[in-house]
Amino acid sequence: MKILEILQSDAMAFLIRQTLIYAVPLMIVALAGVFSERSGVINLALEGIMIFGAFAGVMIVRFLQSTGWFQEAYELLNKVPDMKAEMDFSKFWQIQGFGLMCMAITAIISAMFSMLLAFAAIHLRADQTISGTALNLLAPALVLFLVRIIIGGERIGMLDKYNGVAINDPSIWFGLKESYFGYGLKITRTQRTPGMPFFGQAFVNQAFPMTYICILLFIVLAILLYKTRFGLRLRACGENPQAADSLGINVYKMRYSGVAISGALAGIGGFLYATTVAGCMVDGSVAGFGFLALAVMIFGNWKPLNIALSSLLFGFLKCISASYNSLDFLNKDGVYELAQLGISSHVYNLLPYVITLLVLALTSKSSRAPKAEGIPYDKGKR
Amino acid sequence: MKENYFQKFWAKNGTKTVLASLISILIGMIAGAIVITISGLTTKGMGENSVWEGIRLMIAGLFSTGRTDGALTFGFNPQLMGNMLFRAMPLIMTGLSVALAYKTGLFNIGAPGQYLMGTATTLYIALSLPTGTGAPLQQMSGEYMGHAEALGIVGAATYPVWLVWVLAFLGGVLAGALWGAIPGLLKALLNINEVLACIMTNWIAANLVTWFFDGSILRNSVESTKTSVIYKTTFNGVETPKMGLDKIFPNSQVSGGILIAILFAVVVYIILNKTTFGYELKACGSNRFAARYAGIRDKRSIVVSMAIAGALAGAGAALYWLAGNAEFHWETYQSLPAVGFNGIPVALLAANNPVGVIFSGLFMSMLEICGQRLKELTAFNEYITDVIIAVIVYLAAFTTLIRMLLTKRKKGKKEELKQ
Repeated sequence: MKILEILQSDAMAFLIRQTLIYAVPLMIVALAGVFSERSGVINLALEGIMIFGAFAGVMIVRFLQSTGWFQEAYELLNKVPDMKAEMDFSKFWQIQGFGLMCMAITAIISAMFSMLLAFAAIHLRADQTISGTALNLLAPALVLFLVRIIIGGERIGMLDKYNGVAINDPSIWFGLKESYFGYGLKITRTQRTPGMPFFGQAFVNQAFPMTYICILLFIVLAILLYKTRFGLRLRACGENPQAADSLGINVYKMRYSGVAISGALAGIGGFLYATTVAGCMVDGSVAGFGFLALAVMIFGNWKPLNIALSSLLFGFLKCISASYNSLDFLNKDGVYELAQLGISSHVYNLLPYVITLLVLALTSKSSRAPKAEGIPYDKGKR
Repeated sequence: MKENYFQKFWAKNGTKTVLASLISILIGMIAGAIVITISGLTTKGMGENSVWEGIRLMIAGLFSTGRTDGALTFGFNPQLMGNMLFRAMPLIMTGLSVALAYKTGLFNIGAPGQYLMGTATTLYIALSLPTGTGAPLQQMSGEYMGHAEALGIVGAATYPVWLVWVLAFLGGVLAGALWGAIPGLLKALLNINEVLACIMTNWIAANLVTWFFDGSILRNSVESTKTSVIYKTTFNGVETPKMGLDKIFPNSQVSGGILIAILFAVVVYIILNKTTFGYELKACGSNRFAARYAGIRDKRSIVVSMAIAGALAGAGAALYWLAGNAEFHWETYQSLPAVGFNGIPVALLAANNPVGVIFSGLFMSMLEICGQRLKELTAFNEYITDVIIAVIVYLAAFTTLIRMLLTKRKKGKKEELKQ
């Protein structure tokens, strides 16, 4: 049956894999926006915090890589595609733990960076859009300045030499390969054992455990926002801070926590972007992902489930725009189906923004934006 | 005690605003100096000497004349001055765009998108209408001439250069106006936050412009495979007249457009402060609903204001590209032109006063030149300028606080004197 064939083709697996890779950073950063806006502070600085978080994360990884603690583990993982090497999963989890630790440190540093926005918006009651734009201008400038000074080039990445031996693919550090499970092992230079079946290709081969951990993080934080007391109080500060204050909730503290969590999540999103999408490189830009995440947040009406679905949609569109020319659905018959539609890749790039504008236009009456967002809280006012 | 002239001057609102801006600039420069110091002292190969050089260049880079025997020299450098005027042109225009919108109560963060639409339209018109005075025919690619033939405007029917210039300029202005009107309409009719609408239109514009030029014959395929850029308008012989500025600042990129930009600033000032229309715009900015109660059509004001702001940004693009000095990298879909966002600090530093925008535009441009000199003469790089600008924007977000602090200090002193 042709449809089953299409659904199980290599191209489909590629599509699913890439969509997840684009969608998860979007999801996390959109959730970051939700946390901040639900507590009442408009956070336009998502792009800037992402850039900063990516830089901080990659620098930390680079520094820890250069200390050589993980050399054994790395050498083993590098050898595994060879038929004779034995896979040792404990080494694999060692490196993954290392990656997660770097992610956690990135989160803390990005939360500190977002305190600039919090201080200006909450304490000094400044205009939140301007402070957000200032951070968006500051982060790439600072990152590019430091990158140029540190390495003299335009981009910096995780280490690409290990004890003098060049690494072809820095993502080998944090990625999953099918060869770890015994598929696709090298028999000779050109022959390999059979690869993983469809679900393996789509979800395991060349995927990153970090992506899945971030999906888990998303679910946990969504539950935090909606099912716990802390989340309820946070949301109250964004809808009617005066009422919340009258019940004894410290609105300032809540808003600070909202922005801090927002900064941490955006930093994690940036680090994830650098590792999975940008090939472990930082060049001072995240290609508009921060603003796309804003669009996802609006499109998803500030609710986590809708945000997850819309980030899948936008991730899918980004994936198609990058690779529609080479997607061959009916296995290897040389026909590139989507390219034949004749739609330029620019249209796919445009679609997320146009769709968001349309949704904004059509649903602005029923938009569920937090009522008190953007208005600095003043205890004296009604 | 009778207040003398100095105290009255001090108490004026205008003075406090200018002081607040100057303080923002000072703090921004200090922040830049701190970044230079820290990065200079912690990098191998750079020491206190390079830090000191970096700071001197950051402040006075406009007057740097290079190095002799390893030491920096300073003096009047006409080339740098000319370049500064050239770069100030689009900054003043985008600054006017943001300032005008702000006076109407709107934050025009869509200047980059309007700038891009203006760029595309201007370049298309300037390069498509043949003037017969451009690069020698042998040098032009066959496709380029074929394109003109296909448009049906080749051969005997060439256009005078000044007409092409005017048409290209008007095209840029109109494109910007249209693009600015979109968020304006969305805000006026559907009450969509104009910041979000502007951000979306920015990225739509970036992708549209890339799409437009993708595969276009206007890409530079003559000068050694520079297909990532569009031809300079001088290729078609279209260029803004220098108006004698190149005699004062030889060897630089200066263009007569700076005078046009200053003219625009004065015109905007007159419109805002001396006409009924400007009064209506400002009323909508202060309190939209009170203005509506007074009979001012607030929805129309919002749309027209955004359209004019877009037109100004588009005009800035037109002036910059028609000067014929720069080449446009058309693959912009991944990043937006910095000059669009830099209009925001220009407007904020000038407290949204159109005449003030001229000075803050010149200042921003001077900072950019200092950054260039830093890159050329030391191991630091030009991004320090962007850091300073970002800090200035951050501080501008609470200029009201600085002004309040200034007032309190004066009041405190008065109390002391009374006792």
